[in-house]
Parts: sequence; C-alpha cells; structure tokens
Amino acid sequence: MARHTQLTQTPAIVTANAELAERLHKVWETEPGIKGFLGTVDHKEIGIRYIVTSFIFLLIGGVEALILRVQLAQPDLHVLSPEQYNQLFTMHGVSMIFLYAMPVLTGFSNYLWPLLLGARDTALPRVNALSYWLYLFSGLFIYASFFMGHAPNDGWFNYVPYANRQYNPGPNIDFYSLGMIFLGISTTVSSANFVVTAMRTRAAGMSINRIPILVWGTLTSSVANLIVIPAVSLAFFLLYLDRNYGTKFFQPQSGGQPLLWQHLFWIFAHPWVYAIVLPAMGMVSDGLPIFCRRPLVGYTLVALSTMATMAIGFGVWTHHMFATGMSDLALSFFSGVSIIIAVPSAVAVFAWIATIWTGRPVFTAAFHFFAGMIALFVIGGVSGFMTGSVPVDWQLTDTYFVVAHLHYVLIGINVFPVVGAIYMWFPKVTGKFLDERLGKLNFWLMFVGFNLAFFPMHISGLLGMPRRIYTYPHDVGWSAWNLITSIGAFLFAIGVLLLFHNIAVSLRRGKHAGANPWDGGTLEWAIPSPPPPYNFVVLPTVASRHPLWEDRLDDAPGRSRLDTGLALDKGRQMLGTSVVDAEPAVILQMPFDSYAPFTLAVGTTIIFVGMLYRSWPGMAAGAIITGIALLLWLWPGRLREGSPEAANEPPFAEPDHV
Amino acid sequence: MSAPLNYLTSHGARADMILPLTRGVLIISIIVILIVCGLLAAAIFRRRPVEAPGADPRGLLFRPRGGLTFVYVGVGISTLVLVATTIRTMKTLADVVSPPREAKLTIEVTGHQWWWEARYFSEKPAEIFTTANEIHIPAGEPVRFKLIGGDVIHSFWVPALAGKTDTIPGQTNITWLQAERPGVYRGQCTEYCGKQHANMAFFVVADEPARFEEWRQKQIAPAAPSADVAQGLSAFQTRCGACHTVRGTPAGGKVGPDLTHVMSRGTIAAGTLPNTPGHLTGWIANPQGVKPGNHMPQIDMSGADLNAIRTFLQTLG
Amino acid sequence: MSDVALHRSDEIRAPALPVGSIGNQASGYFGVWWVIITEASLFIYLIFGYAYCAMQFPGKWPPSGPPELTLALPDTLILILSSVAVALGEHAIKQGKRARLTLGLVVGFVLGIVFVAIQLKEWASRGTTLASNLYYSFYFTTTGFHMAHVVVGILILGALTIWSALGKFDSVRNSPVSIGALYWHFVDAVWIVLFTTYYIVPRLK
Ligand code: HEA
Ligand code: HEA
Ligand code: HEC
Ligand code: CUA
Ligand SMILES: [Cu+2]
Repeated sequence: MARHTQLTQTPAIVTANAELAERLHKVWETEPGIKGFLGTVDHKEIGIRYIVTSFIFLLIGGVEALILRVQLAQPDLHVLSPEQYNQLFTMHGVSMIFLYAMPVLTGFSNYLWPLLLGARDTALPRVNALSYWLYLFSGLFIYASFFMGHAPNDGWFNYVPYANRQYNPGPNIDFYSLGMIFLGISTTVSSANFVVTAMRTRAAGMSINRIPILVWGTLTSSVANLIVIPAVSLAFFLLYLDRNYGTKFFQPQSGGQPLLWQHLFWIFAHPWVYAIVLPAMGMVSDGLPIFCRRPLVGYTLVALSTMATMAIGFGVWTHHMFATGMSDLALSFFSGVSIIIAVPSAVAVFAWIATIWTGRPVFTAAFHFFAGMIALFVIGGVSGFMTGSVPVDWQLTDTYFVVAHLHYVLIGINVFPVVGAIYMWFPKVTGKFLDERLGKLNFWLMFVGFNLAFFPMHISGLLGMPRRIYTYPHDVGWSAWNLITSIGAFLFAIGVLLLFHNIAVSLRRGKHAGANPWDGGTLEWAIPSPPPPYNFVVLPTVASRHPLWEDRLDDAPGRSRLDTGLALDKGRQMLGTSVVDAEPAVILQMPFDSYAPFTLAVGTTIIFVGMLYRSWPGMAAGAIITGIALLLWLWPGRLREGSPEAANEPPFAEPDHV
Repeated sequence: MSAPLNYLTSHGARADMILPLTRGVLIISIIVILIVCGLLAAAIFRRRPVEAPGADPRGLLFRPRGGLTFVYVGVGISTLVLVATTIRTMKTLADVVSPPREAKLTIEVTGHQWWWEARYFSEKPAEIFTTANEIHIPAGEPVRFKLIGGDVIHSFWVPALAGKTDTIPGQTNITWLQAERPGVYRGQCTEYCGKQHANMAFFVVADEPARFEEWRQKQIAPAAPSADVAQGLSAFQTRCGACHTVRGTPAGGKVGPDLTHVMSRGTIAAGTLPNTPGHLTGWIANPQGVKPGNHMPQIDMSGADLNAIRTFLQTLG
Repeated sequence: MSDVALHRSDEIRAPALPVGSIGNQASGYFGVWWVIITEASLFIYLIFGYAYCAMQFPGKWPPSGPPELTLALPDTLILILSSVAVALGEHAIKQGKRARLTLGLVVGFVLGIVFVAIQLKEWASRGTTLASNLYYSFYFTTTGFHMAHVVVGILILGALTIWSALGKFDSVRNSPVSIGALYWHFVDAVWIVLFTTYYIVPRLK
C-alpha cells in the first residue's frame, strides 16, 4: 500500500519549447488502434464524432422531410400511406430536434470549450466519452425501430392517450419511450461534464466576466438540461410502465391524466428548445466580433440575457397547451410570460446589430451565415410572439403557422449558426480553409431555399392548414403554397449538399490556414491548427476577454501570458481554478484512455434492449456489465508521482474519480 | 381561390373579438421584421468613414462608441410594445371568456377517431338527439359547446367562428360560438389523433332560427322505414347495426356515427366525401380504400345487399 | 462586471497546489452535486405528478385511506441512523481515523439493507400491485424509484467499505468517501420527503 509522498506541487513556470511539447504530445496522444478508438477521452476526438454523427442524423432527417414534401406538394397524393407519413414526420422531428440539434452543439462545445478556456481537456473526460457512446447507441436504438417498420408514430411530443397501448399496440412507442430515456442519460452526463468544466477548468485569470459567450450558452443549456431532462425521462418511463406493466398514469378511465403527460413533456421541451439554440447564439456572439473587427457590444448584457432567456423559459411551458381548456388565470399568466420572454432576445438581436453597425464587417462566408441568422431569428421570433398571445394562438396553434415558426427558429438559430461555425472553425480543426466562394454560394442557396420553403408555411397556416396531415383536399386553397414550399425545400437541400461538397473538396485541396486565419481574439486562435493533443504547451494566464487583441485594443488591466506559464507535465495534468475568479486552486490529474465508458454504454444498451423485450435476464445482464464497468471506473487509483511512465498505466486505474 | 379554413376573416362574435388582436400582432410583427431587417442591412452596408491611407482595412477597431445606446433604445421600445401587447391580450382574453348573452342551446361534441359526434341537449329528454359531423346552429345566437374526448385527444376548430379547444378524454371543456350570418363553416380536427387526422373535418351550419327549429324537429323524429326497404333494413341491422344507430329501428350500435338522418348531411365520413348515392355506395363497399385505417371495416357482401342497404339509407332523410 | 475592478492579472501565479482529487476539490465532488440536482428534480416531478392526479381524482384519495405507519416509521428512523453513521465515518477519516471510517460505513451499509428488507415486507403486506389502481401506480413507482436509489447507495457503501478496509483513504485523499456519503444523505433526504408526501400529508386532512 503506497503512501502518497507528494500531496502538493509547486508547478514550474516555463516558456513554451519544443522539448516540452514533444513530451506532452507523448502523454496526451490517444493510443493508436482499437484501444484508442474505443477508449479515447480526447475532447477534440469526441467533439468531431459528435458533429459527424449529428450531421448524419441531419441528413437522414432531411431526406425524411423531403419525402414528406413530395407527398404534400400537391393535394390528394398517394406517395405515402397515412401510417408511413406519420412515422416519417415523427422520425423527422425526433431526428432533428433530439439527434441533430443538441448533439451538434454538444460536439462544437466539446471541441471548442477547452480551447476557449485554455485547458487541456474537459473536467470529466471519461464522462464525456460515455456521453458520446450513449448518444450513438440511443440513436441507433431509436432508428432500429425505423428499419423494423415500427418507428414512433405519434409526433415528437407523443401525446397520450394515442400513445397508450390501446390505441397504439405496436412496439413503436416503446422504442421511442426507451430511446428517449436512454438519450436523456447521455445528455445528462454530458451536461454535468460541461457544468463542472465551466466551474473548474478555466485558464487562470479567466474570471466569469471574461468567458466567451459560447461558453455561457452551453453552460446555461447544460444547467437547464440537468433540471428538466428528468421530467421527460420520467414521463416516458411512466408511459413505458403503462404500456407494459399495467399502471394507470395516463389511463383516463382509471383516473389517469392525459394532461399530466403534456405538463411533464413541455416542462422539459420548452427549456429544451432554448437549450438547442443558446449555444448557437453564443457562436454568433463570438463569431460576429471577429468579422466586425471589434469586441461584442454589450458583452455583459448578452451574457445575462442568455441566462435570463432560460430562467424565464422555465415558466412558459403551457403556451404549448393553450387549447387544452386551462383556467383563465393560468392562461393570462403564461401568455404574459411568453410575450415578455422576447425582451432578452431583443437584447441579443440589438447587440449583434450594434456590433455590425459600429464595426467594419468582413464579408466572409461565416459572416454571411451569422448575419443571415439575425434576420431569420427575428422572423421566427415574432411568430413566436404572435403565438404567445393566447387568443391568437387559439387560431394559430397546430397549423402550419407553428410549423413555420419552429423551422425559422430551429433552422434559423441552430442550422445557420452551425454552418457559419463550420466555416469559421474548420481552419482551426483541419488547418485548411473551406472554399469561400463556394461558401457564399452555399449561403445564398440555403438562405433563398429556406425562405422559399418556410415563408409560405406562414401563409398556408393563416389559410388554416393543420399540421401533421398526410394529405389535403384540392378545394381549400393550400395547393400553390405547398408546391412552393416543396420546391424551396429541395433548393435548401441542394444548399446543404453544397456544404458537404465544399468540405469534401477542401479537406483534400483546401488553402493552408495558419494558427489564426481570421485574426480572432480568443485563446483557440493562439494554438496551431489543427491543435496538438495537449492543446496548450504551457497553460495560459488570461487578463481580458480577448487575449490576442489586447495589445491592439489596450483595454485590459494587464497582459495575458500565453507563451510562458505552467508546464504541468507530470502525467496528464491540468490546472483547476476557482469558480468565480479563476484563481489557480488545484492540479488535476486527468485520466487516460479507458474502455470503461464504452463498456458502460454497451451495458446500458443491453439494459434497454432487455426492457424493450421485457426480459428480466436481459436487464440483469446489462445491469451487471454496467455495474462492473462502473466499479472498475471508480476504483480509487494511487496518486502518481507524475513521471511520464504514468502514461503507461493500465486502463481503469485512473487517479481522479469519475 | 377560396380558403374555407382561413381565419383572417371572421363570421362570428367570438372570432370577431379575436381578429383585431390577430391582425394587430401580425402587423406589429411585420413592422418589427421590416425595421430590424432594415437596421441589419443598414448596419452591414452603411458607408463607413474613409480609412486613413495605408491603414489595414481589416485591422481591429479601437473601442468604437455608441453601440450600447443602440441596444438600450431598441430594447426599450421593444419592451413597450411587448407590454402593450400583453395588456391587450389580457383584455381580449377577458372578453371571449363568456358569450355576450346567455347561451340557450348546449351541444355536446365528442371527438372520435376520426369523426365527430354531436348531442343536442334539451330540458325535455325526448328532444335530446344525436347526429354526426354536421352541426346545425341558429344564426345570431350564442351556442354553448361541451367538448368531450371519446378516445384520444382531438381539437375542435371552426376558424371562421372561433379558435381551437381540445376534446380530452377524462375532462369536459366548455366553449361557445356564435355565427352572425347563416352559412356553412368548415371545421377541422387539429390535434394529431392518428392515421386519419387529416380527414377529420366537420361542418357548422348556421341556419335562420326558424329553419334551425325545423331541422331540429326533423332530427328529433326517429326514422320510419317503409316496407319497401325492409330487405335493406334487415341487411343493415345484421351487418351494420352493431356499430350504427338508426333510431326507430333495432339498430343501436354506438361505435360509428348515428345514421338516423344521414341523408340530411352534406358529406359523409367526416367531410371526406360528398353525400351522393355514388359516393355512399363507394364508402359502404370500400371504406378502407376511401379512408385507410378508419374504424369502419371492409364488409364483404353481395351487390344485391349493398344496393338494398344503400336504398335503405337513402330513405333516411 | 468591469475589467478594471479586478486586480492586475498579468503575473503568473503558481503557488504550491494540491495535486489530484483532494476532498472537495475533486471534480467528481462537483459532479455529484449536479447528479443530485438532476435526481432531486426527478423526484420533484414525481411528486408533482402525484399531486396533480390526486387533486383531480374523482373519488377519495388515497382510495384505500392513508397507508399504515407501523413499518414505515421505524424504517424512516433506520435510514436516518444509517446516514448519521456514514456522516460520523466521514468525519473520522478527515481526522485520519481509518478504522472508524470503516465502522461507520459498515453500520450504514447494514442499516441500508435493513431498510430495504422492511420496505420489501411493507410492499408485500399491501396485497396490491402497481397495476391495481392509479394510487398504487404512483405509490409503487415512487417508492420503487427510491428503492433503486437505496440499492445503488448500498452498493456504493459496500465498495467504499472494501476500499476503506484496503486502506485506500487517509485524511487527505478521501474524496470518494465524501462523494458517496453525500449521495447517501441525499437518498435519505428524498425518503423523508416521500414519507411526508405519502404517509403524513394524507393524514392531515
Ligand atoms: C428553437 C427554438 C425556439 C425558440 C428560440 C422559440 C422562441 C419562441 N417561441 Fe417557440 N417553439 C419552438 C421553438 C422555439 N421557439 C418549437 C420547436 C415549437 C413547436 C413545438 C411543436 O409544437 O412541435 C414552438 C412553439 C411555440 C409556441 C406554441 C405554438 C402552438 O403550438 O400553438 C409558442 C406559443 O407561445 C411559442 C412561443 C415562442 C416565443 C414567444 C419565443 C420567443 O423566445 C421569441 C423571442 C424573439 C423575438 C420576438 C425576436 C427578437 C426580438 C426583437 C427584435 C424585439 C422586438 C420584438 C417585438 C416587439 C415582438 N413557440
Ligand atoms: C432542427 C430541426 C429541423 C430541421 C433542420 C428541419 C428541416 C426540415 N423540415 Fe422539419 N420539423 C422539425 C424540425 C426540423 N425540421 C420538427 C421538430 C417538426 C415537428 C415534428 C412533429 O410534428 O412531431 C418538423 C416538422 C416538419 C413538417 C411538418 C410535418 C407535418 O406536420 O405534417 C414539415 C413539412 O413540410 C417539415 C419540413 C422540413 C423540411 C423540408 C426541412 C428541410 O430543411 C430539410 C432539408 C434537407 C436536408 C437538411 C438534407 C440534406 C440534403 C440532402 C441529403 C440531399 C439529398 C437528396 C436530394 C436533394 C434528393 N418539417
Ligand atoms: C365496426 C363498426 C362499423 C360497422 C360494422 C359499420 N360501420 Fe359505418 N362507420 C363506422 C365508423 C367508425 C364510421 C366513422 C368513420 C370515419 O369517418 O372515420 C362509420 C361511418 C359510416 C358512414 C358515414 C357517416 C357520416 O355521417 O359520416 C356511413 C354512411 C356508414 N358508416 C354506413 C355503414 C353501413 C351501411 C354499414 C354496414 C354495411 C356500416 N357502416 C358498418 C363503423 C362501422
Ligand atoms: Cu382528430 Cu385529429
Ligand atoms: Cu415553447
């Protein structure tokens, strides 16, 4: 039993040098081969996996949407049977909102956070790896139903009683219920990782008023996720029990409450729709300054508005239930809050416009996407403002007007910023530029296609077209608008294809990009492109929001130090700092590659498959695998003396718990 | 082209109260979009002061001023508009809660997969009757609706007369409508309810009060099938009676729409087909072809039976 | 939040720093707090669902009257005692007393198992299942959720007991103990809330 000889270290301060870099490279590099593939904990690797996987789901969800649009292009078409249509529109919504929109942002945050924060990894790297595997497996789990012909068919919000066994006897809804609980675990652990990372692993001196807005966005989303995901997981679990074990939660004939489902779902889902845009709004807040050549206007206001949006967002869920016959008191309250929630959004919008106004825009492709996003946000936002007014919503709800709203906000504030972010950070990730000329064409195709597709939906909505109908008669006046929508949808899809084309071409022949191709001001631009496995040779000390601009802006009380700093090279080490002021507090020993997260995710998958088939042995087998993986994961390791040999420790024997 | 479900025009007191608000927020929204997008365009394309010669056009700007004022003004004005809208919303909400006058007529509407049942209440039990998919009301008078969920959740919506209210199993929702003028107003289920959610329309027919009363008396009366259609009646009883009611005959099923006066209705199968003899035959022979997945099964029968049943139904005026 | 208010931050500060997971500095300790927040939310939603259905229930609630206290009350005390034992153990290891830690963990572990045993007996004595009616759906699901947490907690205490006996902890390196103990206290607190909701509140009327 080894006693720990060294409980504290006085870290060496050194200037970045090649020898140190080489040593760190050895320590931080993911192992080659299968071990590295299944066991990597590198946030960059995990981030890329998240982004790629979520884009595959975007493509699948997009193709589903295009098929829907073919069916709806004209009245009385028979391309799809009603049941096929219902499964497709449900899977479209589920793929987009759960398997694309959040994971893509998780991917970006995973990749970018440590770079933005001046750290070498996130706080809980194995938890991070676990979250990816759980995401992948739960996505495959949900899609397994699709290929078995039993995809979920009750829309993404899956209202009971239609979701009850009595009306929906197949396994469709069981797949969805379990898949959502499964995915919820992934999102929960990933959120916990982000929150702890933001609290613990910022560069020395990065006090809370110097954190990039993207970090505020993801942090706010993560906190919200931790609070609201249990609501939806619980709802789906109760439904699973109702469907499989005869409980009565949602059985009206036994006193169960269909509206309980709606409350639990929307308590989750309204904060969720903000969670899947706040990080993207953060990307715009961090991206625009680079292309406007000045710091963001109203940093503090924008950061606060991010949190205010979410805080108010906890109190508006019933605006999705205005037609359910609630009391007038509840209606007035929730309607008022739903309208007032536009205030923090107004802050962001005007701050962005002011940044452009007082700045000097550089018309890069990324700038196009960020600026275009502002216009789409306003259009999508005001349609939300309209539905926020109860009496108006009684007319608008469940028509294509709402479909228009949700696509303007989702595509406008998620997809456009994400594509902009790809143009902006692709050079950092790969060391190569995306083609700018193609990029602008890409923007215009997507922008025009998008508006052509989704603007007419407002009109078909105002003309009374209900959502979720597989066909419509020719004499109700919707035909022309639907045709335009379908044409626009394909144009938009071609725009998305062009993005993929651009990526494919640029990966091979892209122009070489240096460390800081756009002359950005934040820490990620201080390191080479692509970043080395350890990110920073020496850990930076930060004195302002824009360490790379402060010489020129001269607005910092001191100077950031990027070339000289703590080496922390005794094994995988990183600096832990205090929550508010980011004062150095602890040296964190970071874990090495490990099979544990993967094993745990496999065990969890077995549990869920067991639950699907109501097989107790299946569930037990999964639980045992999960338990063993956890036990080995958490086994207290001994503190390493910090020699580089520590890198060769066997898996499962990590120093830091969790 | 006509758009019977559009709600930017209204034909009833309840919709009238809401319409100005709808138009108001729509106009505010359009103005906001124009202003903000205008500002955005101006921000992007506005002329900027000429560079000092030799300065880097992509160089950093040194702390330009004025940005925050812009934010404060923008947010300030927006807040005023938002607060005003909230107040106006509350007022409209208070207005629509109850009808201008006490409603004399109460109709209980039950949403079923995928058709609507309407029960007309009356003090006199003998005057209570049930019909389906076509709801007659007296023009110019408020009518109270009790909305009940029969199986899953549906939503009751007649855009020209009023907004939506859900029909939810296990609870009763109350709403009211009033049609100013006689006319036929299309309604539609707007809560997703399964395979045939798309084909779950209905019609509210507003009649002059006298005509309405005439219609009501006719609906109260049971069917009186003549001897000519005895064969059709007996075939109907065995094949269809388990699901459909025809008052005045032994057929008393509750699964499908009441057919006592089916010929008085303009359409069949919840607005899916016009009620012509041809379509009626087509429906009875092949309901699954017309409305795939609906709860009326395909029933094998001889052409003679089919004709007899159709002929019988045609007497149910 | 103005930059000027902060002290000059250009000098690199590198005092002697603790290394690795030390007590409340462990990332895992931060992590478990967020696990607790999310789990607490879960129970809040369960209670919300219970209250929502109870309020709208057409008949008497609970349909069979408030549940008996004969088993549940002692059970509650046992869980509280178990929490106390673990807390004492945790306190002891901060002073470096390893044997006391092991003792505290063992007592906590055993009392946890007693709790589970009594709870199982209580379930069996009900003569109903979760499919019996709406009330029992809630009752068994809620107490079942809690039971699952107790079982996980017991497994954690078991692992900690073994690690403690193996001498893995000392006065400085004991963050797993803090993490496990925190979780166990949380499980205890949840029970008190559930006990109040299910056993006490229906008696107040
Ligand atoms: C992507 C995320 C996202 C975002 C950001 C929003 C933002 C908002 N949403 Fe939306 N919403 C969805 C995603 C989102 N929504 C989805 C997915 C659905 C459908 C779910 C389903 O049924 O499938 C939905 C549905 C939905 C409904 C229910 C409609 C119905 O089914 O009947 C309502 C009702 O109130 C609503 C309101 C709002 C409001 C008030 C905002 C506000 O936050 C918007 C605020 C922003 C602005 C207003 C623009 C900027 C402000 C200014 C420029 C200031 C000046 C403005 C004014 C004076 C008006 N949304
Ligand atoms: C991020 C979220 C997101 C995104 C990006 C999209 C993208 C699209 N959505 Fe959808 N949508 C939702 C979220 C989203 N949607 C949600 C939550 C619902 C509600 C679901 C519910 O009611 O339960 C919904 C519902 C919904 C409906 C209503 C269905 C109904 O109520 O009956 C429709 C109908 O037109 C639609 C269309 C589209 C189209 C045409 C796109 C296009 O943007 C898709 C563009 C295509 C791609 C991105 C794919 C890339 C291109 C290719 C692979 C090209 C390949 C091939 C060819 C060109 C042939 N969506
Ligand atoms: C198993 C039950 C069942 C049987 C048997 C059945 N029906 Fe139906 N019927 C229904 C249902 C349910 C509907 C509503 C379908 C819809 O619109 O979705 C319906 C609708 C109808 C309608 C349209 C009513 C309207 O106003 O829209 C007619 C007419 C009709 N049935 C006639 C018949 C005849 C004739 C037979 C026998 C040959 C028959 N039905 C047998 C269940 C049944
Ligand atoms: Cu009934 Cu939709
Ligand atoms: Cu919402």
